Amino acid sequence: MTLKALLAGTIALGLAVPAFAQDDKTKVGFVYVGPIGDGGWTYQHDQGRLAVEEEFGDAVETVYQENVPEGADAERVITQMALGGADIIFTTSFGYMDPTNNVAEKFPDVKFEHATGFKREHPNVATYDARFYEGRAVLGTLAGHLTESNKIGYIASFPIPEVIQGINSTYLHAAKVNPDVEMSVVWAYTWFDPAKEADAAKALIDQGVDVILQHTDSTAPHAAAQEANANGAKIYTFGQASDMSAFAPMPRVASIIDDWSPYYIERVRAVMDGTWEQGASWGGMPEGEVVIGEITDVVPAEAKAEAEAMIEAITAGEYHPFTGPINKQDGSEWLADGEVAEDGELLGMDFYVEGITGDIPN
Amino acid sequence: MIRLERRPSPSRAWAAASPVVAVLLTLVAGGLMFAALGKDPVAAIRAIFWEPVFGEFAWYFRGQLLVKAAPLVLIAVGLSLGFRAGIWNIGAEGQYIVGAIVGAALGLAFYPSDSPLIFPLMVAGGALGGFLWGMIPALLKVRFGTSEILVSLMLVYVAENLLASAAVSWLRNPDAVGFPGSRNLARWDASANPELIAGTGAHWGVVAAVAAVIAAYALLAKHQLGFHVRLAGAAPRAARFAGVSPGRLTVFCLGTSGALAGLAGLFEVTGPAGQISIDFATGYGFTAIIVAFLGRLHPVGILLAGLLMALTYVGGDNAATNLGLPVAAISAFQGMLLFFLLAVDVLTHFRVRMGRAGPVREQPAPGVGEPAE
Amino acid sequence: MTGSIDPVLLVASLMVASTPILLAALGELVAERSGVLNLGVEGMMITGAVVGFIAAASSGSVWLGFGAAVLGGAALALVFGVLTQVLLSNQVATGLALTLFGLGLASLLGQGWVGIKGPGLARVDLGPLSDLPVVGRVLFSHDPVVYLSLLLVLLVWAFLRLTRAGLILRAVGESAEAAHALGYPVRAVRLAAIAFGGACAGLGGAYLSLVRVPQWTDGLTAGAGWIALAIVVFASWRPGRALVGAYLFGGITVLQLNLQAAGARIPVELLSASPYLVTILVLVVISRRRERGGDAPADLARPFHASA
Repeated sequence: MTLKALLAGTIALGLAVPAFAQDDKTKVGFVYVGPIGDGGWTYQHDQGRLAVEEEFGDAVETVYQENVPEGADAERVITQMALGGADIIFTTSFGYMDPTNNVAEKFPDVKFEHATGFKREHPNVATYDARFYEGRAVLGTLAGHLTESNKIGYIASFPIPEVIQGINSTYLHAAKVNPDVEMSVVWAYTWFDPAKEADAAKALIDQGVDVILQHTDSTAPHAAAQEANANGAKIYTFGQASDMSAFAPMPRVASIIDDWSPYYIERVRAVMDGTWEQGASWGGMPEGEVVIGEITDVVPAEAKAEAEAMIEAITAGEYHPFTGPINKQDGSEWLADGEVAEDGELLGMDFYVEGITGDIPN
Repeated sequence: MIRLERRPSPSRAWAAASPVVAVLLTLVAGGLMFAALGKDPVAAIRAIFWEPVFGEFAWYFRGQLLVKAAPLVLIAVGLSLGFRAGIWNIGAEGQYIVGAIVGAALGLAFYPSDSPLIFPLMVAGGALGGFLWGMIPALLKVRFGTSEILVSLMLVYVAENLLASAAVSWLRNPDAVGFPGSRNLARWDASANPELIAGTGAHWGVVAAVAAVIAAYALLAKHQLGFHVRLAGAAPRAARFAGVSPGRLTVFCLGTSGALAGLAGLFEVTGPAGQISIDFATGYGFTAIIVAFLGRLHPVGILLAGLLMALTYVGGDNAATNLGLPVAAISAFQGMLLFFLLAVDVLTHFRVRMGRAGPVREQPAPGVGEPAE
Repeated sequence: MTGSIDPVLLVASLMVASTPILLAALGELVAERSGVLNLGVEGMMITGAVVGFIAAASSGSVWLGFGAAVLGGAALALVFGVLTQVLLSNQVATGLALTLFGLGLASLLGQGWVGIKGPGLARVDLGPLSDLPVVGRVLFSHDPVVYLSLLLVLLVWAFLRLTRAGLILRAVGESAEAAHALGYPVRAVRLAAIAFGGACAGLGGAYLSLVRVPQWTDGLTAGAGWIALAIVVFASWRPGRALVGAYLFGGITVLQLNLQAAGARIPVELLSASPYLVTILVLVVISRRRERGGDAPADLARPFHASA
């Protein structure tokens, strides 16, 4: 077979397939940084995509692409979706910020939604994020009650504001219910490496920590805790990003879940209605974007009640996890009594609050 | 019984035909896999191989093929020199990262100047960064005899940590309120590496890749150094008698491949990627090793192999988005394509014979440094 | 808060952390001693991880899982074997392609198994031995696979050093031509070594998905296969040194996390890169002592074709 014959054959194939039909379905694109099978960050975004499909049925068509590296590949994939007729595209990782804005400039009629970023350079770009620190406040409260050794551990990914907010919020609320609490932070320098996360959890356990919180996506720390518990320890963990209920009721006693469905449904509906507008959404527990998974019965009733009261207060907008008085790590005043942190300041958070030992790597 | 009989010299006809056979075999096997996944195999294969080059949006995708192929070719050309000489640099990914970091850091030191000298300075910095990172395994090998395979590979992980630390701290964009990642270099005119002709995808990295192919071709065909490289791979002992210094050759091969990988990183960070970020490195350095071998360590072959790899990436993404194919299926498909390409290559060197073997004079087995041409 | 690090606990956890890379490295070591360089370890590991997990989760038996992983790893390795030994393809490129293919295959197979909890593996109950101070925790309170990996070190050493089959395997790796002239079946020996390498890699992968993590997620091995490859070179192709290399690497990984957890004020980036830096350093020290860097099998990565 010659190359010419091959080409001829391929042309025949090409003609056999009709050009894709135009219809009035709203086409929604999703760009994912990891595989859906990560069980965490990307998995939850894909749950949001499925919720959009369920909500609108035949009126929408969703397309997605997994494992898109940040940078040139992202720009190509976003462009490809726009060329393919997408009406709205959700780009679900911080590193897609500039690519999203670059493509948006070329496709003014397509709406772009970028997760966790801050650049909205064109009228057709919106940004969205979730106030995970609200959920962390609840977990911190539980952690403060549960710890018997007064040592809690935190497996962190990279030193960026979102992670630092979580660490601070957790510590503040743990210390509020248990002033003797100490917190060790281990920086894993990865979002996802199950083996390393397991090692980090073990290292914390070896240091006498009995409550482990995590801002990395795998369930490996839960498994490490479970193994320690099987050998007589009593270690508590919390689900991250997804519920991780396979490890309930022990060691996983509660979880912080990202739920993007409400936002995705709302924004797709806005595109359908023609009411879509640029915005910077930062929803949290009131919007249903940050959800606390089932608190198991291992948690003492009193602590559980306190956590539930806090969920209620945050959801009702009555309580902000960063309410003064709060000092920075060096003892200087950050928030005066009753003062509430401004969003801008939270978005750029690069310091620990008073009481946390150790340095933020930089 | 089927057996293989070595040809007296590689078959030119099969050298040309084997890639076509491999692609056809991949289409069949890949089609079966796509069908097993419940997707239309014809549509999937069309989306991967046809649409990016001839489809409705080919005007866009053709340029993207160049964007994707340029770093692969640039790195692979450098690696092929060492591979021919039996010097195994498998840490190009690290050299790519360090080149990008050094180049970006040099440029950002002058922000926000608009001097036209900044971009050339960064290019030099990129090459230097990659060169120096390649020098670590080279010098350790020359001085202590340490395996360059292991050192260059370990240095990839060190470079990745360096990258993460650059992105979250010392190269972080001070205007980005605490978010990781450097300033966008593609948006700062002095450092940008834009498309040279709008819509073609051709940036300076593409130019550099083509230049590297030509230079490597000339080096291997005409220059004495090229002869030494080939000799060292094919017959190390003869090379020593011919006065080739193994140490100098190691330094040359690792330095050149490091510098080219560093350049690729620099062109990527100033153009298509735009910034130093935690996830800047996407495996070009490893994929380039495959490209080098697919191209049979020949500069022109590498150019073609780089374009083919780029097509499977660009087309694969296209198929994944439009047909909902899992991205894993694309990766398995690429693996199959490589298997078939490597497998049918046997026909270039061997004849398939039926029946018992007659006495044949033993031929020396070809080493990895002795590619078909 | 600056805690102290308990060396007993540290050693106990590093043994577990090192087991997957030790298993994979032992397999690759045997393959390389026969003259075959298979860079597809990562692909074989992750395939073993997913196959083992699926088998264990659907049957409820961890041991069935390990068995399936061994077969899965070996099967994938034989794809490499046929390509490189029968069709004489380039080993470096074929190995890299195997990794690419294995990662894709594993992810395809694993769809639908994400987030499910597999059956666990209990520690071996050694009764009073486990309660001994220090050695009880370090030596007598692990799961069976840790012991299996140690046994395997011994077996591989004995096989290569003491048996006739091991001698033949080494001869094939040193000079395929000479071994062939002596009438040894070069191709069969190499295929067997490749399959063994795949089996061990599969076992190491399954140890991750069944014991260390234990669950299935995409990208589970996260580069462990590459580390295993590095350890083979580090070990200069000797099983005992592979044990040292794997434990050293695992140990530094665990130690750096322990240092962080204990509140040591050392830059995290440096700690995080330290396992690789230390590996390079040790390697330089080792190679300084010898004239040449390599005890590599002379015919490593060279294709062999018997014309007659």
